[in-house]
Parts: sequence; C-alpha cells; structure tokens
Amino acid sequence: MSDILQVTDADFEEEIIKSELPVMVDFWAEWCGPCKIVGPTVEELAKEYEGKVKIAKMDVDSNRETPTKFGIRNIPTLILFKDGEVFQTIVGAHPKSHLEEELNKLL
Amino acid sequence: MEDLIIIGAGPAGLTAGLYASRARLKTVLLEKLAPGGQILTTDWVENYPGFPEGLSGYELVDRMKRQAENFGLKIEGKEVVRLELTPEKKVVVTNKETMETKALILTTGASPRKLGIEGEGLLTGKGVSYCATCDGPFYRDQQVAVIGGGDTAVEEAIFLTKFASRVYLVHRRDELRATKLLQERIKAIEKVNLVWDSVPVRIVGQAGVEGIELKNVKTDEISTLPVEGVFVFVGYDPSNALLIDLPFQFDDFGFVKTDGNMQTAIPGVFAAGDIRSKILRQVSTAVGDGALAAFAAERYIEGHQV
Repeated sequence: MSDILQVTDADFEEEIIKSELPVMVDFWAEWCGPCKIVGPTVEELAKEYEGKVKIAKMDVDSNRETPTKFGIRNIPTLILFKDGEVFQTIVGAHPKSHLEEELNKLL
Repeated sequence: MEDLIIIGAGPAGLTAGLYASRARLKTVLLEKLAPGGQILTTDWVENYPGFPEGLSGYELVDRMKRQAENFGLKIEGKEVVRLELTPEKKVVVTNKETMETKALILTTGASPRKLGIEGEGLLTGKGVSYCATCDGPFYRDQQVAVIGGGDTAVEEAIFLTKFASRVYLVHRRDELRATKLLQERIKAIEKVNLVWDSVPVRIVGQAGVEGIELKNVKTDEISTLPVEGVFVFVGYDPSNALLIDLPFQFDDFGFVKTDGNMQTAIPGVFAAGDIRSKILRQVSTAVGDGALAAFAAERYIEGHQV
C-alpha cells in the first residue's frame, strides 16, 4: 500500500469537508477490478498535485456511512470537493488526462 | 522508429507483447488506463484453461502483465489520439508524442453496450451499472434486475444473488443464449426470477433507481419491476473511435475484419482480441489472436508474406 491518505467515516468530516485545499476522494474496494486500474493513477496524481489538491482514498467495504451519504452505488467513483461541497462526481475508470482536466478546474 | 506498437493492454495486447518481446522486436504497448481491460470486471474466470480452480479476472491479467514484462515488454501509460496509416508509413499520435512504427497491432477491445432507454444516462452511478463485481455489494438485501441472456448476464446474475434479496433476469426471448452449464446453474437458484420475452423501456427514478418498466414483446403489455438496481449486460460495442475513418473493413457492428492471420485491410496493421470481428469473445480467444498477430507482425516486418 502506498502512503496516500486513507480516510474513514470517523475522520471524513475533519479531513475532507473541513479541508482548506480542494479534495479528491477515490472510493474503492478490494473486490473491484476496475478500481485497481484507477488506484495507481490516483496515487500518481496525489504526488503531482501535492500542496494544491488533497487526494485521498476511502475503502467502501470498511466505511459504509460516507458512501451511503453521497449516494455512491458504483465504484470506482471519484468525488471532487471544494469548500466542503461536492464539486464534481466521476464514475468509472477514466484516463489520467481526463482526471487532470477535472482537477485543474478545482484550482 | 519502433518495430511494433500495440494499442491496448488487455489479454490480447499483453499476449501480443509477450510474443513480440520474445521475438526481440522493439515493441511498445500503449494503454490509456492501466493494464487490464474488460476482464477486470469479471469476478471469477473459470473457463480459462490451466486454472482448474478458476481465478479472478484481475489476477489472471496481472499474471499476463508480469509474464510479458519478464521478457522485457515496455508498457507505457499513453492515450492514442490519432492514427495515420498507409501501407508505407504508420504513425501513432499520443497525448504526449508522435511515434512511427513498422507494424501495428490493435487490441483496443470493446465496452459494454448501453440499453439506450430513458433514465439510463441519468441514473448511471445511481443504480444503473455495467459491472456486478464492482457494484453488487451495494445491493445487500435489495431487489435488482439484470438485463440480457448471454453468458455475462447469467454469470453476473448468479454473482448478484450473493448480495441481493431477489434477482430478476430480464431477457427478450423465451430461452437463454448462455452456455448450457450456466443455464442449469441459474435455473436452480431460488432467488432468481426469469422474466421472458421482455425488453426494458424506461428506468424509473430521480435520485436513484426505483424501478424498471418492461414491455412484453409478445403481448405489448407494460409492467414495472420494483428494483433498486439495474445491471446491463446486453453485449459489447467495439472501441473503434480511432479507427472509424481509416480504410479498415468493419462488420455490421463496427468490429474490425481480419484475415486468418489477424491482418486487417491495411498491410502491416493487425487486430486481435475483442475489437476483431468474430463469434466468440473470451480471454482464451483473445490470447490466441494476440499470439498470432505478433507472429504475423514479425513476418511482415521481416519482409515475408503474412
């Protein structure tokens, strides 16, 4: 596992909603094959956007509350937050260039 | 100049890459996401020979990737945006650079076909799904509908019975197209209702799926199934956006026609795996296509008749 920030139901409010930086959260699970192709891209983006966008992952298998709250029924789902509000939801696996375009809109 | 560029890192592309690397061709495999392809959405593969207990789609393709890399295959995360192909010159333009190659293998694959009905787009991500492995666990103790009658639809409907309280398998005919073994399995599961002669006409709901409206094709009667999830497995569309304006030959569905050695209508350009026009799209047929395409590409590069 990489050193990317892992968030849970318990610290979601503190880490994500109250974050001063814009945030992207990758909702994933071990059982989900396509999540495994999104994961490495998200980790690369976390390095590239360090200091500009906070990038985190949430395992939906051990955290049920937050995914329900945001109506997540498909994974991989990426949610981009700005000032504690949902800015954009991206469902499914997309090329890195597409994710960069969306992240740049947060800046 | 590369000897060979392969586009798409699913089983066909990885196998072509394995054979090309062992043939010591200067090869690059381009992939816009990460290696895997469609098979990643399969929970358990039990018809790929050599693995009698079966294995996950992810593990199978990860093994293929590692095997190809062991022989030196270079996989690059680049998205191809344009192809310029003539018998004399083959140019691949990616989001990062322009590359020239002596031969090209297209393994761009296919993606799940949509139903094309009202509510589908709006509710994708809110109850409409094309991947049971990914999304099945969100439907614990809920009712879901699966649309389709082929192997994928039946396999995924069986998988969903692990979570859902009831699975409706909706099929437009009065018999399934799926492999007999799978038909036997699904008919033995009490949690499954087979809904024959029916096509979906509308997915109902705003914030999430609340039901699906079906039309009986024999009686024209409309009925609504109260479900919270709709899983769609009605076949595949070719990933041919890069190819469509080039002088390939396509079948009626847009898959690329090749000869028996995987060569397309453009000399030196080969197609393998799900993108190719054929009657069975499986990992086992993709790897055979990939091996043949790489061998044929090698012959082409060396100036032999393919």
